[in-house]
Amino acid sequence: MGLAGTIYQTLFRRSSTAAITIVIGAYATERIIDEGSTLLWKNYNKGKLWDDIKHKYEK
Amino acid sequence: MAAAVGRISASRLLKTNSSLAPFQVCSLSTAHSWTRGRKLLWTSIGVVAGGAGALFLALETSVKATDIELHPPKLPWDHKKILGGYDHRSVRRGWEVYKNVCAACHSMRYLCYRDLVGATHTEAEAKAEAEEQMIEDGPNDVGEMFKRPGKLSDHVPSPYPNEEAARAANGGAYPPDLSYIIPARHGGEDYVFHLLTGYHEPPAGVALREGLHYNPYFVGGAIGMAQALYSEIIEYEDGTPATQSQLAKDVTNFLAWAAFPELEERKQVGIKSIALLSILLFATLYLKRFRFSVMKTRKIQYNPPKKDV
Repeated sequence: MGLAGTIYQTLFRRSSTAAITIVIGAYATERIIDEGSTLLWKNYNKGKLWDDIKHKYEK
Repeated sequence: MAAAVGRISASRLLKTNSSLAPFQVCSLSTAHSWTRGRKLLWTSIGVVAGGAGALFLALETSVKATDIELHPPKLPWDHKKILGGYDHRSVRRGWEVYKNVCAACHSMRYLCYRDLVGATHTEAEAKAEAEEQMIEDGPNDVGEMFKRPGKLSDHVPSPYPNEEAARAANGGAYPPDLSYIIPARHGGEDYVFHLLTGYHEPPAGVALREGLHYNPYFVGGAIGMAQALYSEIIEYEDGTPATQSQLAKDVTNFLAWAAFPELEERKQVGIKSIALLSILLFATLYLKRFRFSVMKTRKIQYNPPKKDV
């Protein structure tokens, strides 16, 4: 039994675990994509964004 | 009827025998019965027509060099890169340039002081910027308009009350509103930058009317606006040397930001969409193969009726 088989047997074979897997997976995917793309954006534009310069003007 | 539908929809789609391909191509073409001479004639007509079209296209682009206006060269703006946002240091300096130089003639009536908060200024700074200006408000209890210091919700005040006053003060030329000037001009940022830095003496043979100035980037070359940006015309609060090109770059960045303040959010949503849709692409491809596997593995067998029945 390969990896796909193991995943199927433990997570998707029963409807109850499949539903839980889908809910947790959706949340994790959303978090990873959201945080990852924000990280990419901030790194690419480092030093130019308002968040990078606002400390100079806030008292 | 059923046989006809079956012939159209299923059996032709499911033909996988490659030896049938030449016959199908053959049935799409009407030229296979032509003589050799006729084929040669049509081939040469096609080549000549295609070559003439390509030549025309090549000459067509070179004709643009004789246009009356000078097309601005492209500059590497930060916010023009695929993942690039605005350089907010430059946008903040650009606000200084607009406030001290451009605002003498140009309005920016769609920009509010609250727009500056979180983009170029802190809330306290933006409030201070607004309070520097006296804004007309009213009517008050006795029906009169009055002046008060600006608030964050106020729009940036215009230098002239209306277009006629602006024209009268500028020799008939109307200084356009700068709120959306970047998308409103061909060439966008490049045009504005080169217009601001492109002033020089008119070339020999070009006579300008009184009150006009020579700028090759302006259509026709004669522009009502005098050169506005000179080196050291203002002093930046962050100590950046205020050369002419620096001033022009900063104010162009500021105008680009004012026209598209949502650009950064738009690009971030774009990154997220591409990431999510590329996951869904593989899911869709898998689902397609899964659904089509039934069709692709189907076989149709034809048993001809026996002669003697």
